[in-house]
Amino acid sequence: MKERLEALRSEALQELQQVADPGQLNELRVKFLGKKGALTEILRGMGSLSAEERPVIGQVGNEVRGAIEVVIEEKQLIFQRQETENRLREETIDVTLPGTKPAAGAVHPLNKVAQELEDVFIGMGYTIAEGPEVETDFFNFEALNLPKNHPARDMQDSFYVTDDILMRTHTSPVQVRTMKAMNGKTPVKVICPGKVYRRDDDDATHSFQFNQIEGLVIDKNIRMSDLKGTLLQFVQQMFGKQAQIRLRPSFFPFTEPSAEVDVTCVQCGGDGCRMCKQTGWLEILGCGMVHPRVLEMGGYDPNEVSGFAFGMGVERIALLKYGIDDIRHFYTNDLRFLSQFARM
Amino acid sequence: MKVSYQWLNEYIDLSGFSAEELAEKLTRGGIEVDGVEARNKGVTGVVVGYVKKKEKHPDADKLNVCTVDAGQGEDLQIVCGARNVDAGQYVPVAMIGAKLPDGLNIKRAKLRGVESQGMICSAKELGLNDKLLPKEQQEGILVLPQDSEIGRPIVEVLGLSDEIMELDLTPNRSDCLSMLGVAYEMGALTGQQVKLPDNRVHDASEQAADHISVSISAPEHCTHYAARYIKGIKVGPSPLWMQNRLIAAGIRPINNIVDITNFVMLEYGQPLHAFDADKVSGGRIDVRLAKPGETLVTLDDQDRRLEPHMLLITDGEKPVALAGVMGGANSEVTSETVNILLESARFDGGTVRKTSRQLGLRSEASIRFEKEVDPGRVIPALDRAAALMAVYAAGLVTEGVVEAVTAGVSPVTVKVSLSKINGYLGTSLSSLEVKTIFGRLHFEYEVSGDDVFEVRVPSRRGDITRDVDLIEEVARIYGYDNIPTTPIEGASTPGSLTLPQAIRREIRKRLTNSGVHEVISYSFTAPERTGLFPALAGNVYPVRLSMPMSEDRSVLRTSLIPHLLEIAGYNRNRKNDNVAVFEMGSVFLSTEQELTRLPQEKHRLAALLTGSRTDAQWNVKTAPVDFYDVKGMLEAVFDLLGISGKITYEAAAPEHWHPGRTAAVLLDTERGSECIGYVGQLHPDLQREFDVADTYVFEIELSPLYEVADFSIVYKALPRYPAIGRDIAVVLEKQVEAGKLTVLIKETAGDLLESVEVFDVFTGEKLGANKKSVALSLVYRNAERTLTDEEVTELHGKVVTALEQSFGAELRK
Repeated sequence: MKERLEALRSEALQELQQVADPGQLNELRVKFLGKKGALTEILRGMGSLSAEERPVIGQVGNEVRGAIEVVIEEKQLIFQRQETENRLREETIDVTLPGTKPAAGAVHPLNKVAQELEDVFIGMGYTIAEGPEVETDFFNFEALNLPKNHPARDMQDSFYVTDDILMRTHTSPVQVRTMKAMNGKTPVKVICPGKVYRRDDDDATHSFQFNQIEGLVIDKNIRMSDLKGTLLQFVQQMFGKQAQIRLRPSFFPFTEPSAEVDVTCVQCGGDGCRMCKQTGWLEILGCGMVHPRVLEMGGYDPNEVSGFAFGMGVERIALLKYGIDDIRHFYTNDLRFLSQFARM
Repeated sequence: MKVSYQWLNEYIDLSGFSAEELAEKLTRGGIEVDGVEARNKGVTGVVVGYVKKKEKHPDADKLNVCTVDAGQGEDLQIVCGARNVDAGQYVPVAMIGAKLPDGLNIKRAKLRGVESQGMICSAKELGLNDKLLPKEQQEGILVLPQDSEIGRPIVEVLGLSDEIMELDLTPNRSDCLSMLGVAYEMGALTGQQVKLPDNRVHDASEQAADHISVSISAPEHCTHYAARYIKGIKVGPSPLWMQNRLIAAGIRPINNIVDITNFVMLEYGQPLHAFDADKVSGGRIDVRLAKPGETLVTLDDQDRRLEPHMLLITDGEKPVALAGVMGGANSEVTSETVNILLESARFDGGTVRKTSRQLGLRSEASIRFEKEVDPGRVIPALDRAAALMAVYAAGLVTEGVVEAVTAGVSPVTVKVSLSKINGYLGTSLSSLEVKTIFGRLHFEYEVSGDDVFEVRVPSRRGDITRDVDLIEEVARIYGYDNIPTTPIEGASTPGSLTLPQAIRREIRKRLTNSGVHEVISYSFTAPERTGLFPALAGNVYPVRLSMPMSEDRSVLRTSLIPHLLEIAGYNRNRKNDNVAVFEMGSVFLSTEQELTRLPQEKHRLAALLTGSRTDAQWNVKTAPVDFYDVKGMLEAVFDLLGISGKITYEAAAPEHWHPGRTAAVLLDTERGSECIGYVGQLHPDLQREFDVADTYVFEIELSPLYEVADFSIVYKALPRYPAIGRDIAVVLEKQVEAGKLTVLIKETAGDLLESVEVFDVFTGEKLGANKKSVALSLVYRNAERTLTDEEVTELHGKVVTALEQSFGAELRK
C-alpha cells in the first residue's frame, strides 16, 4: 500500500508539472484529492491493515496529500498571477489621449476685474452701492457742482433722453443718492460700480458704454493725505506691493483739490516701456477732496465734515491687466475671447 | 493750446529748463502737457538764397535753371520745377549735403543733362504744416520776404529750432489759454518773475472819440466793450517772426492787422477783432441781440440766419459781426483798408457758447470767450495790439480808448486759515511756507494774527472763489508728492456686498461653473429689437435717446435676448456653432411715451443655448441641446437660491416663442403667483431671421428673487430606517404633463412618500397614436420606524388608482 501511495505521489507530481491552465489544475485536484479521487481510493483499503501498520500508512497518506496540495497551491498562485497580468495587459489604455473635462464657462473679464476691485475695497471696509443707469440731470450733474451750461459739461458728452433725463455719464450720481440716503450720518464709505454712457465714437480705446467704479468717503477730519493713503493701499493690493502712486493736480467740478493718479507701470515696473510711453507710469484714476458744494447738496455741512472721492474705468484696468489691445472685444463677446478668462 | 518754448521764454526766463523738463514741471503742477514737438522735423544744410536769374531748361519745358546766390561766394546753378520760382526771390536753398525731413539727402545731380547744385524747397519739403500757409506758397516753393538775409540758415529764419508744447487744459484753467497765463504758472512753479509785453501806446493828438462811438444795448451779454481807432494803416504781410509764432501756434497768417489781433490774443488770452472803420457806418458800435429774421454774411462767406439769442456787433442799424464768434464780411479788413476800429470786449461765455455751438463755428476766439476772459486784460490787450499796429502797419493810434462798461468787476477776496489748509491736506505747513506759495502765485494777501490769510485773487484766476480753491493752489505749488500718506482715522467699518450683489455673484459662479460664458452687451439697441418678445417687455414704451449716434443704437433695450441672439449669430459666423451664454443686466421700461420721470430699470438674467451640449471629442458623442438643458440651467439657479419649491412651470405660447416648447416661470410669493419670465425655444421664424439653429433661451426678473432667496441651510437628520422603492409605468394621453402626475402622486401618497422622479418617457407605435409611457420611481419612508411591505403596497395601490381615475392612466405590466 505504501508503494501504491508513493506511486500516486510521483504520478500526481508529474501530471501537475504538465498542467497548463486553471481548469486542468482543478481536474487534477479532483482526480487525486477529490472525494472519489485516487488517494481516497487507496486509503479506503486501510481497513484491511494491521493496527501497527495503520498509523504508518496513515502518515504516509497524509504526507502524499500534503505534497500534492503544496504543488496545487503553487500552481494556483502562478495561474492567478498570470491571470492578473493578462488582465492588466488587456486593460492598458493610451493615457496621452485627452480627458473628459467638465465644461467651464468664464466670468466676463469686465466683471472679473470689477469683482476683484470690489473685493479689495470690501476688505478695506467699504460697502457697495448701486443706482439707476438712466438718471436725472440733477443727480448726474447739478448736485455734483455742474450747473447747466457749465463748460465742464463738455468733458462728458451725454446721451439725453429728455431735457432733464439722461444716461448717467459716471457713477457719481450714486454717491449723491448715497449721501441723501445717509441723511447727514457719518461715516460714509461706499464703492459705486456700474455701467456709464458717453457720446464717443468707438475705437480701440473708446466705447460709448463702459464701466466705472467710484468711491466716496465722508467723515469728520478726512484729509487729502488719507486719500493718498487709501489709494496707495488699493493699488498695492491690486497691482502688488511694489506698486507706487503719483498724484498730478487736475480738475473735476465735484472735487477740490483734484488729482489724476498714475500707478507704476504694470508692464515694466517703472523702467519705461511702450505701454507707459516710456514714462514708467500709467494713468488709472481720478480723485479729489469732495467739493463743499457737493457736500452741501448731499446734506452735509462742509464745516463739520470733509471727504474724498475717486473713480476709475474698469475697462482701462482690464486692458492693462490682461494686455488687451482693443476695448471693443469686451462688447463683441467672441467666445474665443471670453473663454480665455475661464480660469483664476 | 500750443505753446512755443522760445516765445514763452520772452515772458519768463526758461534757462535751466529744456522743453521736456518744462513740460514735466507743468504737468506735475496741474497743466497737463500732452506732448512736446520739435518744429524742426530734420532740416539741415538749408539756407536763404537769392534767385539772380531764371532761364528755361534747354530740354525740359517744365524745368527752370536758376542762378542762385546762397552766400557761398560762388553762385549755384539749381534746376527747379516749381511754377512760382522767379528771379528776384529769396528762397530756401538745400545745398549739396543738406538733409530734409522726408529723408532726402541733397546730392550733386544732373537733371535732363543740366547740373543742379542743390534744391529750392517748398514749405512741405521743409516739414512745415503747409495748410497754414497761403495757397500760392502751398503749391510751389516757399518764397521768403525781401529783407531776408542771404546765406542765413533757414532753421533760424523760420524759427524751426523751437519746440512746441501741446497743453491739454482742464476747463478751470482757461487762464493758460494765453502765453502770459502759462508764464505766470511757470513763475509760480519756479519762483521766476514774469516780464510783461510792451503795450505803451504813443497817442496822437487826434481823439478817437471824434471818429468812433460805442454803446451796449444788451448789458447782460456784454459787460465791457472797448475800442481804439487807428488811422492810416498799410495792410501787408506781418513780419516773418510773427508769422512763425502764429504758425507754431497753429494759426494761419493772413495780413499784418489780422495777425496782430491773433498774436495779441495768444499773448493775453483776450480775443480782438479789427473792423475796417470806414465800413462801419458812422464809426458807431452798438452791441445788441439779433432781431428775428436778421441775417449776416460772415467772414467765411456764409449767409447766417440769426436767432434772437445771438449777440451782435452792429453799426446801430445792421450787424457787422457775430460777437465773439466771427466778423461780418461787410466790415472785413482788406488790402484797401486804411482805418481800423479795433475791438476788445468781454462777452458772456454762455451766450458765445450757444451761438458757436448752434452755428458750428468754434474758433480760437469763441473758445476763449466761452470760458470767460480776464476782465483785467481787456484794455492792456487792446493797447498792446494798437502799439503793434503802429510799428508793423504804420498806423497812427488816435488818443484814447472809447468804451462802454455795463458791470464793474469787483475784486475777489477769499479767506483761508493755516489750520484749515493743514487739516484739509494732512500737512504741517508753516505760515511762512504758505506766504511763499501765495507770493509765487502773485496772489496778494493779508495775514491776521491767528494765521488767517485774506487773499485778493487776481482777475486772471476766475476759477478761485472759495477756501478749497486756495487750498488746491497751496497743494499744487507745495507739490502733491509732498503731501503725506496716512490711514483714515476713526472707527473702522465692516465692508460688504448688498444682498442683490451677493446673489448675482453666486449665480455668475454657478452658471460659469456649468460651462456657460458670461457676456456683456450694449444697453442701446435698434427700435425693431424692442418689438421682440412682447411678453418680456410688457405693455410699455421703449426709452428713446433724443440724439442717438445711430439708429441701430437709438433706444434702450427691453429684453436681453435680442443681443444674446446677435452674439450667437456673430459666433456662428466664426464657426462657433455651440453657444452657451448668459447675461445679467438691466432692461428699461416706461409706461410713458414721453418720459417725465425715470423709467423702470429691471435687473434680469437671460441665457441662450444653441448647437451641441459639448464639443465633439474622441470619446464623447455630441448631442444637440434641447429645452431641458436650458430649463435645467434655470432650475440650477433656483436650487442655488433655495427657492425651487416656490417655482412652477406652465406651458405658454407668447409671441416669438415656440408655442409647443415654452413655459412661463411662476414664482409663488406673498402676493400670489407671479410670472417672472419665460423659458423655451425660439419660434422657428425668428431663428430663421437671426440665422441661428434651434435656440433655447430663458429670461427672468431678478428683483423678485432678491426678496425670496433663502440662504438658510437647515440640516435634516439622515434617515435611520430603510426606504422602500416602487417603480411604476403608466400609459396615458400625450398631452398629460408629467408635472401634473407628480403633483397628484405627492398629494395622494402624503408624508410617507419621500420622493418621486420621472425616469423614463417614451412614445411609440405599440402604445398607440397620441399615447405615451411615463415611468416613475417612488421612494417611501417613515422617519420614525421601519415601513412594512403591506403598508407600502396599500399606499402604492392608492397612487395607482388615483392616476387611473384622474388621468385615465393604464398601468403597464
